[in-house]
Amino acid sequence: MLSLHDYSEGVKIALTAIRANKMRSVLTTLGIVIGVVVVTLMATVIEGLGTALDKSISSLGTDVYYLSKWDWFGGEWWKARNRKDVTVEEAEELRERFQLAEAVVPVVSTWQRTFKYKNRSVKGNVNGTVPEYEITSGVVPEEGRFFNHYESNAGRPVCIIGHDVAENLFEREDPIGKTIKISGYSYRVIGVFEKEGDFLGTGMFSKDTQAFIPMENFLKIFGTNRSIDIHVKMHEGLDKEDAKAEMIGTFRKIRGVPPGEENDFGVNTQDFLKQVFDSVVSTIGVVGFLITSLSLLVGGVGIMNIMFVSVKERTKEIGTRKALGARRSSILFQFLIEAATICVMGGLLGLAISWPLSLIIDEVLPSQMPLWVVGLSLSISIAVGLISGIVPAFTAAKMNPVDALRYE
Amino acid sequence: MPLIHIKDVVKTYDMGAELVHALSGVSLDIEENEYVAIMGPSGSGKSTLMNVIGCLDTPTSGLYQFEGQNVGDLDDNELAEIRNRKIGFVFQTFNLLPRSTALHNVELPLIYAGMSSHRRRERAEEALTAVGLGDRMTHKPNELSGGQRQRVAVARALANNPSIILADEPTGNLDSKTGVEIMQLFSDLHTQGNTIILVTHEEDIAAHAHRVLRLFDGKIASDEKVESPLKYAQSV
Repeated sequence: MLSLHDYSEGVKIALTAIRANKMRSVLTTLGIVIGVVVVTLMATVIEGLGTALDKSISSLGTDVYYLSKWDWFGGEWWKARNRKDVTVEEAEELRERFQLAEAVVPVVSTWQRTFKYKNRSVKGNVNGTVPEYEITSGVVPEEGRFFNHYESNAGRPVCIIGHDVAENLFEREDPIGKTIKISGYSYRVIGVFEKEGDFLGTGMFSKDTQAFIPMENFLKIFGTNRSIDIHVKMHEGLDKEDAKAEMIGTFRKIRGVPPGEENDFGVNTQDFLKQVFDSVVSTIGVVGFLITSLSLLVGGVGIMNIMFVSVKERTKEIGTRKALGARRSSILFQFLIEAATICVMGGLLGLAISWPLSLIIDEVLPSQMPLWVVGLSLSISIAVGLISGIVPAFTAAKMNPVDALRYE
Repeated sequence: MPLIHIKDVVKTYDMGAELVHALSGVSLDIEENEYVAIMGPSGSGKSTLMNVIGCLDTPTSGLYQFEGQNVGDLDDNELAEIRNRKIGFVFQTFNLLPRSTALHNVELPLIYAGMSSHRRRERAEEALTAVGLGDRMTHKPNELSGGQRQRVAVARALANNPSIILADEPTGNLDSKTGVEIMQLFSDLHTQGNTIILVTHEEDIAAHAHRVLRLFDGKIASDEKVESPLKYAQSV
């Protein structure tokens, strides 16, 4: 059995040996350092992506289906290109015929329009929709209000703008009641959405840079030749799959899709983001895992090599220790501890490097290095040390004391 | 019962093509508090005999009893324990750990004996004081003279109060004056009741012993009592 004395003596010997060969020890740990840096940064990025995902999901309504000409994720875009446009009339028909929905909301968008107020201008998307948009999106304006049915039906030139639009155009002024120009047409601002943030800086699904105007007005100003999206929010307490099947069935009838043929429209949900997330995470994971494994392998071989050198150099010391009564287990333990100590130093060095790097990542992708990854890194370091140290340590332990003492 | 009882011990090394008979039938007894010098030319088997006595090596055949215990029956850990508790080694090249203090070097066998850090420190200080290095405890080997290093090694050999002190050419790497000092230390230890076995090829070193064993071709050529062992004062 190993006693506490073996343990403390082992650490003491290890530190002495490492101190005696500082440069060699540091260089040896390079592989471990790289491995730990990759593992920690990978975990940090994945953590950051998770946070970004949660935010983005909350910016989309929950339990909302998005019927569209396009599939958001996967699907075959070249097929989708040839589909019929989704129209406002179809949305109207769906709203009448599909009773399981709490709200069926048409949304039509045009991209990169100029918003102007006084001498300031920004670009953003313009969406035409109906008052029920408040239900499907799950957000209400932070200031002011959404447009009502009267304004909607009459196609009044009113708008609700995203947080960034308001900030850029108005700075300290109160936007409510002011008139802005959208692509040269005048709109009165009646509401401002709260800030949402966006998914990885892409602006996807964020209302921050957008404006919302009544559908009737949109069609008059920007034309009717666009395929629209239909946002469908189901009633509470329905069986999701049944309701979804019913919705798809109804919409197929409206679009006149013959039985047995594929849908000629995309049925999208926020799950799509989850899919993107999972694929990004698994890509990072696979790449990170490969780099980490490789550098740990290289690191492990380096440690093994240096431990063989260390054992060889100290053959006489091993002989002496054996003559003084060291058991095989004591010698084995001594060199294992030494290997593990070198690796833990490498792990700490890796953490010291990846900590500032994680702060840089935080600037781009809000995230924090998770605590568990610190523990994981150090555990991996110790494991690599023990695994790569075992063969050299065993070589040392089973040395014949007579031969070891005679070694010069 | 003798401290060491060796009967018909043979040690053969398999050197691939041929078998080398390092010891071919050695028998001897050593009693407590003897002071024995083992002599012989190189290749005579004296180092092998010392390794066998020191439990660093086991005989190919024959009987070796240490304090009545049959060494041939012991496993690796039991041999390590005998070396640790019963035998104090002193080497020609000192074999100190270069980066450790004198104190830590002396503590080494006590660590392997599982002694608590407080007690082993006390014990190591005692042993260093006994060899006259009470004021050099925190020095590292490279801060000590050759004679002082060998004293540290002797203190290390004494640390566990062993049954025998086994010294292999202890003065081989020292100048003659320092060598005499070390021999004085051994004489003192012998006077205090220790059993000392000394391997050497130098007649004037062996002359300090009370009994001289001469080996030749793996056999004991002579085993003589020394009528009047050399005292250190005489040899200066």
